[in-house]
This record gives sequence, C-alpha cells and structure tokens, in this order.
Amino acid sequence: MNTEGLKTIALNDLHISLGAKMVPFAGYLMPVQYSNLIQEHLQVRKSLGVFDVSHMGEFWLEGDRALDLIQYLTSNDASKLVDGKVQYSCLPNDKGGIVDDLLVYRFSETRYLLVVNASNIDKDWKWISKHNSYGVKMTNASDEYSLLAVQGPDASKALQKLTSVDLDSMEYYSFKLGEMAGIQDVIISATGYTGAGGFELYVKNADAASLWKAVFEAGEEFGILPAGLGARDTLRLEKGFCLYGNDINDETSPIEAGLGWITKFTKDFIMSEYHKSLKENGVSRRLVGFEMIDRGIPRQHYSICNAEGNRIGEVTSGTQSPSLGKAIGMGYVEKAYSKAGTEIFIEIRDKQLKAEVKKIPFL
Amino acid sequence: MNIPADLKYTKDHEWVRIEGNTATIGITDFAQGELGDIVFVEIETEGDTLSQHDVFGTVEAVKTVSDLFMPLSGEVAEFNKTLETNPENVNTDPYGDGWMIKVNMSDASEADSLMSAEEYGQLVGA
Repeated sequence: MNTEGLKTIALNDLHISLGAKMVPFAGYLMPVQYSNLIQEHLQVRKSLGVFDVSHMGEFWLEGDRALDLIQYLTSNDASKLVDGKVQYSCLPNDKGGIVDDLLVYRFSETRYLLVVNASNIDKDWKWISKHNSYGVKMTNASDEYSLLAVQGPDASKALQKLTSVDLDSMEYYSFKLGEMAGIQDVIISATGYTGAGGFELYVKNADAASLWKAVFEAGEEFGILPAGLGARDTLRLEKGFCLYGNDINDETSPIEAGLGWITKFTKDFIMSEYHKSLKENGVSRRLVGFEMIDRGIPRQHYSICNAEGNRIGEVTSGTQSPSLGKAIGMGYVEKAYSKAGTEIFIEIRDKQLKAEVKKIPFL
Repeated sequence: MNIPADLKYTKDHEWVRIEGNTATIGITDFAQGELGDIVFVEIETEGDTLSQHDVFGTVEAVKTVSDLFMPLSGEVAEFNKTLETNPENVNTDPYGDGWMIKVNMSDASEADSLMSAEEYGQLVGA
C-alpha cells in the first residue's frame, strides 16, 4: 500500500496491534475493520463499540461576533444554541450546494467549536476564513485532538464508571467538559453517527491511549469491541444519516437531501433565498431511501430507473444492512418517484433489479 | 494467511486445483479477507464455455463487489450450490466448502501461466 502523504492518527500503532486493516481515507490512514464488519456492527447496535474517528476536524471560533459568522455560514439557526448544546448543521456554498455538514458546539456566547469532515478540513477552513469579516479568531485544532466515538446502548453504563459527570441526565446533542478516566477537560458529547446512542469523547492526542485503555476496561463486561469505518458506514446508513461526498456534496441542496430540518429561514445565510425558494416551490429531485426486493446490493453511482427502463436518478449509498439482513440504499430520484412504496429499479451489472422506496430511517 | 502449496493461483486472487481435465476454482484466503463479509455469490455461467480471463461471476460483500475471472478456458461444468444458502463458506473455508466452480479445461497448457503458491505469496506479501 502506498501510504505516502497520508497522515496517521495518534493511536495508529495501537490499531495495527489490534489487527485493524488500515486504509487511506480522507488523507488519513484509518482502521476500516478489525476482525469482522458484521460482528462490529451488531455489537454496537446491541451493546457497545468504539470507533477512533480522530481524523475529524475541529475549529475553534472565538470572539464577540462568532455567532454572527456562524449564522451567516450555516443553514441551521445557531442562535437557538445555549452553552453545552450541540447542533447539526451544514455550510451552504454560493452555488446552491453544500461545502460540508458539521456539528456546532456552543461553549459560551463568544466561543464555539465546529467539527467537520476530515476530507473537507482544508476546504472548510478556506471557506470560513474567506467569509470571516467579523473579526472572529479562528483556530484549526484538528491535529491536536483525538476523537473516540463510544457507541451503543450500554455506553453510558460503561463510561459512568470513569467519570463523575452524570451521563444519564445528558440530553442527546448536549455536551459537558469534565474529567474522565483521570483526564481533565474531556469534551463528553452525547452525539454519534450510528443511531445506537452513546458518546463522542474529544481529548488531546497525548491522552488518547489512556482513555482508550480505560474505556475498554470499563466496557469489558459488555463485550466491548473496537469498530472500524466499515461498520460506521453500515450503521449510519441504516439510520439514513447523510455521508458527505456520497449523499450530499457541492451540488446538492439541503432541501433536496431531506435536511430541511436543519435549514432555518429565521435568519439570512449564504444562498438562503435560493434554498427558501426550493422549499416553497418544490424540488425536482429528492434523496430517498430504498430497499432491494430482487437480490442485489446497490452501490454508489449505480443508475436508478423506472419500470420503463428510463433513468430517474442515481444511488448515493448502498450496502447489505447487517441488522435487517436486507440490501438498502439511498439515492436521488425525480420527485414523482420519491414517495414511500414507489417501485424503482436499480441497474446492477446491466440488469434492472426491483427495489422499493422506503421511509428513512430504515430501523 | 493460508496459501496451500498444492494449488495454482492467479493475480486476480483465484485458486485452481487441477485434477485430470477438471479445474476446481475459488478465491483465496487473502481475497476473502480483503472483501470481508460475503453476502452472496452470483454465478450464472453454468454450462457456458468461457475463455481465460472472462468474468464467470461476481461476489458481493457488505462493503464491496468484485468480479470473478476464469483462470483457464473451458466449460463451467458445475457451480457450488451450497453457496446459495451459505455464502459465508467463502469466508470461513475458502479452499474447501467455499469452492465456486468446476471447469472442464479446453487447453491444459494454460495451467503453465498460473502462479505457484510461492509466487502468489510474494504477490500478496505473505
């Protein structure tokens, strides 16, 4: 494998010692799988697993006008945030598409943390810098932080052994800064990309190894497993969560992508008039979920057709769902075909295989 | 990584067991490991006569799909029907219960173009 030019995360050697298959992803060498994707997936769904997602980017925005900058750059209404709350949002571009999707953390009225996709760190940094006419102090802390996503229904039981922060009382999409496993100032965030419940823990790179060790000791009674990006992808797809670069990109509107719930017209933001008109006048295509009826697994870029064999869209994500035992996918289709229950056909190796539009999440 | 010494191999990660005029074909331990959890094996070429390097089927894993290539020319005489219900046999026993097809070879000399276990081991860095 040519690993030249790839960044390594702090726990790279640990993952290799655990048998992880390391693959290039978004410019980083990342664990895609340890022993078995399906086992990792099911263990997270039913109990507990840990993902090292330290490739994610972290930007601090600080200053009296930090909120003004965030309001102008993001589609969701960040003025609704209070200290200790997190918001899912996206950065619309100036062409009607999306620069990136992200999490916005409010630490104080004048201090925010943006968590962005690894593949977009440079693009986002340039984009935000370009629009920072608000005198906001920006710090790219991406290389300083490690991020462990401790996911699954048993996450709070396991992690509670390591901290005095009351985890059960934390609402979804809230966070606390606290001590965990003897490490000060861990950002304990009740968020995740699996839909299985759990926490994302941000620590300085130097503390990552001791946190990992403590989490695995605490999780032993639950059969905790390290889980790779492969399982992370199948878990998020079962919940219908968008993946940037697949389901949303520089050319998709959040309205088309079903992200109207994070696109608030209570304030002005980049291209807000355009997205508002899409919402009011309707879109020509929509991101939908679908389930295969014929045997086949949909993959990104496969064509979606109607019964007459005409192309009506394209698959953006697809897999065999380990929890459902069925092949599922997401993709954009012409609006007339976007209603749940509609029969569509996925073109797989020159065959048009039957599928049905489903409401997402799939489970 | 398991690379049995008595088999022949291709750069596409198929193995071949030659007995008389019949070649039994599957994918290697390395290949199944790279593919991960196999969901189904699709082989619709039974009875067809195919040339060396032609696609004889596809294998769908959770995270990816891969074509299967003929290591040798010949007629696809049989495919392993147990894979219809137990595709995971390819993961658990790639050289045994996970075999895929049996081919009536049309040109036995093509076997000379296949790799030995040692050569294949070098290819995959074993």
